[in-house]
This record gives sequence, C-alpha cells and structure tokens, in this order.
Amino acid sequence: MSDQNKELQELASKEYEHGWSTEIEAERIPKGLSEEIVRIISAKKGEPQWLLDWRLKAFAHFQKLEEPRWSKVSYPAIDLQGLYYYSAPKQEPLKESLDEVDPKLLETFDKLGIPLEEQKQLAGVAVDAVFDSVSVRTTFREKLAEAGVIFCSFSDAVREHPDLVKKYLGSVVPYTDNYYATLNSAVFSDGSFVYIPEGTRCPMELSTYFRINDQKSGQFERTLIVAEAGAYVSYLEGCTAPQRDENQLHAAVVELVVLDDAEIKYSTVQNWYPGDEEGRGGIYNFVTKRGACRGRNSKISWTQVETGSAITWKYPSCLLQGDYSIGEFYSVALTRHAQQADTGTKMIHIGRGTRSTIVSKGISAGRSQNSYRGEVKVMKGAIGARNHSQCDSLLIGDHCGAHTFPYIESQTPTAVLEHEATTSKISDDQLFYCRQRGMSEEDAVSMIVNGFCKEVFNELPMEFAVEAGKLLAVSLEGAVG
Amino acid sequence: MLSVKGLKASVGGTEILRGVDLEIRPGEVHAIMGPNGSGKSTLSQIICGRQDYDVTEGEVRFEGEDLLQLPVEERAARGIFLGFQYPIEIPGVSNTYFLRAAVNAVRAARGEEEMDAADFLRHVRAKAKLLELDLALLSRPVNVGFSGGEKKRNEILQMMILEPKLALLDETDSGLDIDALRVVAEGVNALRSAERAIVVVTHYQRLLDYIVPDYVHVLSAGRIIKTGGKELALELEERGYGWLLEEKLQA
Ligand SMILES: Nc1ncnc2c1ncn2[C@@H]1O[C@H](COP(=O)(O)OP(=O)(O)OP(=O)(O)O)[C@@H](O)[C@H]1O
Ligand SMILES: [Mg+2]
Repeated sequence: MSDQNKELQELASKEYEHGWSTEIEAERIPKGLSEEIVRIISAKKGEPQWLLDWRLKAFAHFQKLEEPRWSKVSYPAIDLQGLYYYSAPKQEPLKESLDEVDPKLLETFDKLGIPLEEQKQLAGVAVDAVFDSVSVRTTFREKLAEAGVIFCSFSDAVREHPDLVKKYLGSVVPYTDNYYATLNSAVFSDGSFVYIPEGTRCPMELSTYFRINDQKSGQFERTLIVAEAGAYVSYLEGCTAPQRDENQLHAAVVELVVLDDAEIKYSTVQNWYPGDEEGRGGIYNFVTKRGACRGRNSKISWTQVETGSAITWKYPSCLLQGDYSIGEFYSVALTRHAQQADTGTKMIHIGRGTRSTIVSKGISAGRSQNSYRGEVKVMKGAIGARNHSQCDSLLIGDHCGAHTFPYIESQTPTAVLEHEATTSKISDDQLFYCRQRGMSEEDAVSMIVNGFCKEVFNELPMEFAVEAGKLLAVSLEGAVG
Repeated sequence: MLSVKGLKASVGGTEILRGVDLEIRPGEVHAIMGPNGSGKSTLSQIICGRQDYDVTEGEVRFEGEDLLQLPVEERAARGIFLGFQYPIEIPGVSNTYFLRAAVNAVRAARGEEEMDAADFLRHVRAKAKLLELDLALLSRPVNVGFSGGEKKRNEILQMMILEPKLALLDETDSGLDIDALRVVAEGVNALRSAERAIVVVTHYQRLLDYIVPDYVHVLSAGRIIKTGGKELALELEERGYGWLLEEKLQA
C-alpha cells in the first residue's frame, strides 16, 4: 500500500489536481443554440450534406423536447443559450508531426500524464486526445492501420470513412433517443471513431483522454465503435477537467456495435471537477452510452469508475439482440460533498440464451446522494435469458444517501433473474483493527473502500485499476473523521 | 515498560474498569484471567486506544509516555500490538496486502525504509509456514470466511511480522485445536526476548503450560483481585474463581 500511499499523499495535497487551465487562445463561435449555430458547426468542420441534414433533424426534434426530471438529481435549469457550442484551440491545421503542435498544448498533455512522445515509445497505447472540441493528435495510426484498425477522431472518420459513419451513426442511439442525446446529435463537436475489421484483435488498448478546457464550452463528444465479426477491442476513456466557477454541461454519446463472436470492452475512469464543498462549479455529466450486441455470441463489457462531476447521469446499456450474446456492467460510483450520481445500466435481453451481469458499487460520503438505477428487461423471444445483479452501497458518515432502483421486467418464463443488494457502513471495528496495525484512519478508509470495489477494479486494465484506486483515495480525503 | 495506574473506565455511564493497576517490565510474560465480562478485553482495548470507553481516572504509560494522549496508530507505531479476541473481516483486501500496509505504516512512522516487496513476501511465507498456516489464506481477503482457528493463527502471523515490543493477546487460544495451540504458543515463545513483554488473556491454564507466565492476574468486576505466579493458574483451574471472591470479601 505504501507506494500507493506516497502517491496518495502527493495527490491529496492538492485540492483538485487537474484544476488548472491552459492559456491557449480559443476560437469560438457566438454563444447560444440555434439552427444557425448548428449550421456553423457543421460548416466549420467541413461536413458533408448528409451529416448536416442529420444534425438539423436532431435540432428540429430537440425543439420539441423538455429537459427530463425523473432522475434523483436536482440542479438549477441549464441555460442552453448561455453556452458556447464550438471552440477549437487556435492552431494551424494539418500538422505533420508533434513538433508542429502548439507546445502549450503538449504541456497540457504532460500535465495530464500523457506525454504523447513517451507513450509512442513506451506504453504501446494509441491515444486520440481530444482537446476541447478538436482532435489534436492521433498516434500509432500506422501500426493500427497495419492491422486494419481505424482509430481516429470523429471528424476524420466523417472525412475518410463516410460510408462507415453513415451506416452506424445513430443506429444504436437514434437522434430521437433522449433530451441530451438529441442535443448531442445536433451540436456534437468531435470524438472518436473505432473500427475493428472482421477477425481482428486490436493489437493494443485504445485510449482517449477528454478534457474540457474552454470556459463555458459545453462538450458534446460522440464516440462510435464498431467490432466486426470475431473482432476484439479494449477501449479506455479517462476524463479530467479544470476547476471552474460556472457549471459546465457535458452530454456525450457513445455507440457500440458488436457483430458475431466479437467483443468490446469499454472502460471509463471519470474524474471531472466535482465542484466545491457546496457543489458549486462542478461538471454536469449527462451521458448516453449504449451498445448493441447484434451478433451471435457477441459481448459488451462496460466498466466505469465515476468519482468526479457535480452531477452524473449515466446508464451504459446493452441491447442483447444476438443469440447467446453477453452484456456486462461493472461500476464504481463515489460521491462526496454535494455530489449527485444517478447511474446504472439497462440490459435488454432480446436474443435466446442471452446473459448479463451487473455489479454496482456505490460509495457515498459527505452530503452526497448516490443512486443505482438499473433495468433488466427480458423480451418474449429471449428464451433461457439470465441476469445476475449485485448492487452494494457503502456509506461513509450519516448525512449521505444511497438509493437503489432496480426495475426488472420479464416476458419470458424461462428467464432466470437474480438481484442482490446490500448497504453497509465502514465499521468502527474495521477502522480500529486497521489503525491498531498502524495505518492512519484515512489510509484505512481508502483500503477498505478499495476492497469494497475489488470486483470492479479487477475488470479494469492494470494501469487503470491503479489510477482508479488512487482516485478513490484522493476523493475520500477528509471524508471521515 | 507499561504502567497502568488506578485506571477507571466506563461506557454509557456503566463503570467497567474500577481501578486497575498493572506494571509490566521488558522480558516479562503476564497472564490475565478472570470471569466473562470482568473487563479483560476492555482493558486491552483501552491500552490500544479504542475510543468507545470513557477513561474517568488513572493513567496508562508506555516507556514513560502518556499513552492515553496518543491516537491508535501511534500506539501501534510505538510497538503495541493487540491480538483480537474477535478478529475483524475486511472484504476485498488481501491478507498479504493488509500485512504489508501495516508493516510499512509502522516503519514509516518510525522513519524507516519500506520493506522490499519480494523480501516481505518471503518473510511472510516463512512465518506462515512456522504457524502451519495454509498459504492460500495469504491471498484471501482479511479474515473473510476464515475458520475460528485460522483467524487466531492469522493474528499471531501479524504479530510475528510486526514484531511488537508489547503484545496483548486477547484469548488467542480460544477456538484453537490442541495442535494449533502448540503451534501458536511456539510462535509466541519465539518472540519472547529480554526487550519484549507479552500479556496473554486466557480462560485456560492449558495455554500457560506452553507459554509459561511470570505473573498471573485475576481480573474480576473491573479490578485485579489477585496476582500470583504460574501456580495461581493451576489453582484457578482446580477451584474456579469463587474462593477468590470470598477471600476478597473477607479481606
Ligand atoms: N462498547 C460497550 N458497550 C457496552 N458495554 C460494553 C462495551 N464494551 C464492554 N462492555 C461491557 O463491559 C463488560 C466487560 O466486557 P469485556 O469484553 O471487557 O469482558 P471480558 O473480560 O473480556 O469478557 P470475556 O471473557 O467474555 O471475553 C461486559 O459486561 C460488557 O458487556
Ligand atoms: Mg474478552
């Protein structure tokens, strides 16, 4: 623990490590949301007509929608007209190498712990870094290209692989899906595109770091990952954001498509600015993530560690269409101070013999509210479908709340659905035991919480698991005692 | 080394310790016996800094230092170890990880270097073998699903790794089979030295055949009512506690 501890201490000495912002001149279009703005975004990005039309349809639909209020989170109404919908760091287009990239920008990546140069040589992880709304650098393109893997910014995909984008965009999350997804469809700025061809195992883990940098720039990322028959990819997403006084809206959309015998493993560590003790200034994180297991024996595994954001509203879901397809959801959500999280998953069993596993670990401290909301639905044809759900809540202190809302619906008598839920507290006995062995109270709490999350961390790629453990510890600083 | 003087403690207004005096010098082994509920565990927990009790009178000093002012972990860092009567479970945290965290925390508090991970592992395995502890328990979560005897052996393993100056072993013999009792006793005896002191809380004189004490104390209703040599334990085994209470009343 103590290697970890030292790092923890360093991290803990800063209130919010990623709370700086880089001074780069940003190019912005005017504030507010209108058809005109949608057109400007599309034009700035040099998009084809079909995509503009799609955005406009989404925008027209959005006009008819009202902000949903069914989740267990509360916040002041968001002034959509007060936001900027497009901002790009000012730099010359079409860089040939890193040397040509604004050094300030590279510094930013260094601060984030992702020096691209080093990563190129050492980590063997390709990084598509999204800085504000424009993709800055994609590495390892060649190596991936050799394998036939496409990993690029969404904008590049639109330019270079329009047929693929056209075929799959909105096919899992239609632009009519929900308020935030519709908004995203109209104004999405950029994001990532991944395509793994038939029978290909992606030779490395793909990783994207998002960063919200420009003040008042609502972020509308769009990610699309397609795994053809027999393909496999592990995708990592990590987020940080600078400290801000004004709340920032983030409404991303992630779509996954998995064909026969293919698998996508999607891991997230989310550490956006949670706001101060009163919750002021944190990120509003309203995300729509959904994957379609279209093929037989296909598999999607969502793993998430959510420690940041003032509000998290997010339900990574699986449509288990293919026979014997598998959906998994492993989640750790930690809230403290005035944070609110309403997160969970939906597993929709459509094909025969489909299976799903849900493991949710909620940790609440301070005055925070932490809700698990999950839906398991078994449709008529899903003969022999199985689900196992386990939702555990850990409370730290007496002023926080943990809530579990499992919705289970089955139209198939042969389905086997199991749901377990527990709520526990860190006991004085446990703390006394650890401290008697020499550990500080904070280290003891962080160790116990990490133990509580073990099943989920086991699902994360190694380096992410370490990062996640650190994040929890830092987030828990001062939460006890 | 440890000096307890006139210690009174209560919980929720009920007095549990009613004036305990205890002097422990380096190299000594003390046994504390006494009826259920007499305050044996309470005494050991207060020495280690458990906050559930209100200390109303008296003092506890360790190597001259006022212990009652120190947080739990600092007492541990000074070299005080408690073998729990009921070891606590910590789900998801591997036994080895826990041990390493403990060792490094104590070392850090003493300004010592961290133990090398590989050395540490070898060390732990060697000690576990001495205690005939199934090595699989090292990678399982702390005490979760351990049998009663395994939990107790695990406490002794922790003690052997942490090498405390003062070990308080609260009913470590309870729940151990005959062979385990011998093995655990050997573990404790291996730790005996001129610099260390050991306090065993027990109900059975059998343990004291293996770990031969210099002093035997009888704690009853929050007071030490009798102190003697190892023969006192034999006498208690034969006659129970009743006669002592009467003797005390007559005195
Ligand atoms: N936290 C507490 N709250 C209330 N009562 C307590 C608490 N701790 C101890 N007691 C009471 O204090 C008395 C002494 O308890 P203690 O556990 O110290 O006894 P013991 O001598 O160790 O007994 P045993 O031999 O059964 O282990 C008991 O009556 C017990 O119920
Ligand atoms: Mg006891």
